[in-house]
Amino acid sequence: MGNPMKIRASVKDGVTEVKVLMQHEMETGLRKEADGTLVPAWFITEVKAQHQGRTVLEAQYGQSISKNPYLLFRFKGGAVGEKVTVTWMDNKGDTRTDEAAIAA
Amino acid sequence: MNTSRLTRMILVLALAASGAAQAADDSASDSDKIEAYREMISDGNPAEFDEMRGEELWKKPAGPKNASLEKCDLGKGAGVVKGAYAALPRYFKDTKKVQDLESRLLTCMTTLQGIPEADITAKPFASDKKPSDISSLATYVVGQSKGMKMAVSTKHPKEKEAYEIGKRIFNYRAGPYDFACSTCHATSDVRIRMQDLPNFNVKADAQSAYSSWPAYRVSQGLTRSFQWRLNDCFRQQRFPEPKFASEATVALTMYLAVSANGADYAGPGLKR
Repeated sequence: MGNPMKIRASVKDGVTEVKVLMQHEMETGLRKEADGTLVPAWFITEVKAQHQGRTVLEAQYGQSISKNPYLLFRFKGGAVGEKVTVTWMDNKGDTRTDEAAIAA
Repeated sequence: MNTSRLTRMILVLALAASGAAQAADDSASDSDKIEAYREMISDGNPAEFDEMRGEELWKKPAGPKNASLEKCDLGKGAGVVKGAYAALPRYFKDTKKVQDLESRLLTCMTTLQGIPEADITAKPFASDKKPSDISSLATYVVGQSKGMKMAVSTKHPKEKEAYEIGKRIFNYRAGPYDFACSTCHATSDVRIRMQDLPNFNVKADAQSAYSSWPAYRVSQGLTRSFQWRLNDCFRQQRFPEPKFASEATVALTMYLAVSANGADYAGPGLKR
């Protein structure tokens, strides 16, 4: 159970714009502690966004993405008040899902 | 010197000149690119997570006295957070001192919650191992002044005194490099690597610099407080480490804050 995301969605001219800010360490697995031991890899591997049960975005994430990733995407359709759900999964099997209502 | 050699030399010089012009163009477009990047992610500032953490800490009872900070007076009355940062640092009657946000939070945490001062000041800044409570609280409080006009008073004699001391510290040259804050921050259009350095003698520069701190540092993945900013400036000048929330750091903050008066506060900001 990761930390909550911030999701903002708004619809304009039939296109919904979604902004997602995820909270995640995104550790590459290449960084070392001061004593030389490797910091184990820990990063988001998959992101999925759904609108009313329909998958509107699927992405594969990796080590090259920064800590606390920010994602902006648009999809056709969507109406004020409808829900957008975003889920991420990381390489430790942890997952987090948050949702937001589409604003005007 | 024969003609062909002369021609070649002129050609080389011409190439060198165009190369220099090219480099200048690149640096200009680089800072534009940074601006564009900032704008792109400005509504996805991870400092918001620190604000959320700070708000929880503000409302949650903690410390030996098991009290929240909701009775903490930041200058606008007990528990008033809205707009408090835009008028800090200021003189506080109860402590008879000029205090910035973090030194005031320190007072509240020690008096209201009963947390020993040394427990807070031992590690006042966040690291990637451990977040800092006082720093998160500061992020929360500054966020409640977003969009407000910076209006720091120097009416009280103590406030005026702090401003004057701060000004002297700003211009005080010392340390192994014979450095002062003003060495880097009193000239226009200079930069360190990619970063444009604000000139604190120019109102617009001082305003945009001061009003964008505290800030989330992308390269560190952490939200940094204003006390941290000053602490790191002292380190960069190879000065002895200043004491957290000390009179000197508060005075310097006072000078910088007054220089930025009139700005629309825009923090918590976002830095590279």
